[in-house]
Amino acid sequence: MVMTGAEIVIRCLQEEKVDYLFGYPGGAVLYIYDELFKQDKVRHVLVRHEQAAIHAADGYARSTEKVGVALVTSGPGATNAVTGIATAFCDSIPMVVISGQVPSAAIGQDAFQEVDTVGITRPCVKHNFLVRDVRDIAPTIKKAFYLAKTGRPGPVLVDIPKDITAQKCEFEYPQTVSIRSYNPVVKGHQGQIKKALQLLLEARRPMIYAGGGVVLGDAADKLTALTRKLGFPCTNTLMGLGGYPATDPQFVGMLGMHGNYEANMGMHYCDVLLAVGARFDDRVIGSPDHFASEPRKIIHIDIDPSSISKRVKVDVPIVGDVGEVLGELLALLEATSERPDQESLGSWWKQIDEWRRRDCLKFTQGEGLIKPQYVIQKLWEVTAGEAFVTSDVGQHQMWAAQYYKFDKPRRWVNSGGLGTMGFGLPAAMGVQLAHPGSPVACVTGEGSIQMNIQELSTCKQFRLPIKVILLNNGYLGMVRQWQELFHGNRYSESYMDALPDFPKLAAAYGHVGIRVDKPGDVEGALREAFKQKNDLVFLDFQVDATENVYPMVQGGKGLTDMILSAEDL
Amino acid sequence: MGKIQQASEPSTALDAHWLRGLLAIQNKTIMRHVISLLIENEAGALSRVSGLFSARGYNIESLTVAPTEDASLSRMTIVTSGSDDVVEQITKQLNKLVEVVKVVDLSESAHIERELMLVKVRATGKDREEMKRMADIFRGRIIDVTDTSYVIELTGNQAKLDSFVGAIDAGLILETVRSGICGVGRGDRVLKV
Repeated sequence: MVMTGAEIVIRCLQEEKVDYLFGYPGGAVLYIYDELFKQDKVRHVLVRHEQAAIHAADGYARSTEKVGVALVTSGPGATNAVTGIATAFCDSIPMVVISGQVPSAAIGQDAFQEVDTVGITRPCVKHNFLVRDVRDIAPTIKKAFYLAKTGRPGPVLVDIPKDITAQKCEFEYPQTVSIRSYNPVVKGHQGQIKKALQLLLEARRPMIYAGGGVVLGDAADKLTALTRKLGFPCTNTLMGLGGYPATDPQFVGMLGMHGNYEANMGMHYCDVLLAVGARFDDRVIGSPDHFASEPRKIIHIDIDPSSISKRVKVDVPIVGDVGEVLGELLALLEATSERPDQESLGSWWKQIDEWRRRDCLKFTQGEGLIKPQYVIQKLWEVTAGEAFVTSDVGQHQMWAAQYYKFDKPRRWVNSGGLGTMGFGLPAAMGVQLAHPGSPVACVTGEGSIQMNIQELSTCKQFRLPIKVILLNNGYLGMVRQWQELFHGNRYSESYMDALPDFPKLAAAYGHVGIRVDKPGDVEGALREAFKQKNDLVFLDFQVDATENVYPMVQGGKGLTDMILSAEDL
Repeated sequence: MGKIQQASEPSTALDAHWLRGLLAIQNKTIMRHVISLLIENEAGALSRVSGLFSARGYNIESLTVAPTEDASLSRMTIVTSGSDDVVEQITKQLNKLVEVVKVVDLSESAHIERELMLVKVRATGKDREEMKRMADIFRGRIIDVTDTSYVIELTGNQAKLDSFVGAIDAGLILETVRSGICGVGRGDRVLKV
């Protein structure tokens, strides 16, 4: 059947079973929007800023197993999208972004709304394409979806000049795709897996360290089964939360810069480390030299060979899909009667329990100011740990990660790698659309929320009953914390004067806004908010502005060099 | 030799420590590497490779690229330097680029390197004969002649070209153009799809 390029774009999205397309129209994509208008299979979500379209598609992808899809126009549409694309790239989120481009003949002429989108996005996409022929649209979109979701996932951008969307050709959606230069490994090397199992069985002080790869690879069940069968302690990275049930006794909490004492100590002093879908980044292990100072054997399972031996030398690298490899390990473990030495494992657990008794996350909620940690703890209780929680970036993000116990994967949605403020609210829109009827909370700060607050308008238009949990301390809290600890209390530009009246602002957008300033009102306000099934409720919690996130490992220091509380300073 | 054998079976903590130190030094020593790769002959492919090097702070000494006998593929030779760890990452990161089909580190085994250089020199008076003589000694060819200048074409490895430039009077060089290294493995070693 002969179709226009624009029609082909929409038909391709239908073939890929895209139910939501997040976007913003403009000159270069008018033909595509015209075709969008003529059908009702792909529903378009009109955001208020292109960055939000990408974050929404991102939140949608993170909370499901699907590819997020966004559509933006040329020039500023594409440049506004870049922060969102980089956010998805840093966290390996499967996404397809379609951008309009000026007509082919105008490319390179400094045309109105022209930028080199493929050039600008090149370092922050898994791959990108500039379509130069209408006949290439269908195969390119097919490739884009395939690249986005296979191997190490990531965003793929398809730039389509306007004239191409008006031209016609025969449409046939390719059923299969093969790219000779792209063959991601799925199955792990058998010999390496056997070696890994042997190391695990010989371990005396083992630790399992699991990252975002477990969540993205849908391998949480296998990780949990393997960890329980071995009886080993397990820690998650910020991106891996929910990859292992947080309420399980074998879980030692998140590790890293703001990780639990027992997790960081265990990570440092273990003799065999099983790293799964994680990349030993600077926020996780601190100084690589300090980390290497303690001898241990490391097994590293990752789908991306370049993640292995990048910052830390490993002994048994296994390249493959984490689910596949964990499944093989589990099968081998079940086939043997050998088990790790229980006596040494017992004394290792004794050591871990001793570390646990430091109770590094303890805080006291008095009568006076609301403690931010208390709000998150109550959020967890009120939602029975079942909510989808998105967050922005800063102190509130760390408190959400520390105090909300995620038992299931894909419930925790945050910008871990890039650390993008303004991510939380638009991401929550994507999550809520993907999971209508499920509780969705956006934990945010008064700095972050203002970076994409215009999306309250989108939330109204699409009736998204998100609960915004604003931990309002009047400061860019994480900046203030660093300035307090490392810059002699000089709070350079971290205090925001003239904050808006958030409940009134929410009301102006047509939502319910409530200010909470007494500890006794926290739980009630949360309960009331989550009862509102149809309304977005914006809860403005006035929290203790002096509170810091602990434990803390100072940037570049060793993992065991933790500040546990203000008394340690 | 005896010492290395001893270290390969670390019986004491000291030996293990010594071996680790030795390995660490090896991994950190900066060496020159010649990396050869096949990449889809598509618009933007070169900028993906060069962008990767600049974004990750890898060093490029030279980069040459041209289509192969199969016009859908380009062959690229990159001369870089780095420690073993860095070069391992470079290879992995190159392999990760969707359009890169194959990557080899030629310097891991026997290989041949060649570079082409064109040198335009002033050739007047007694220098005219001297320049011709030097070109002959280095098995160069004079491919352009005017009353006052020659263009000398010279092929060889980097060291040969460097020594030619060093051997002639620097004041007579008008300009030099070098192609960067092309490399190929010796014998049966073939980089092909």
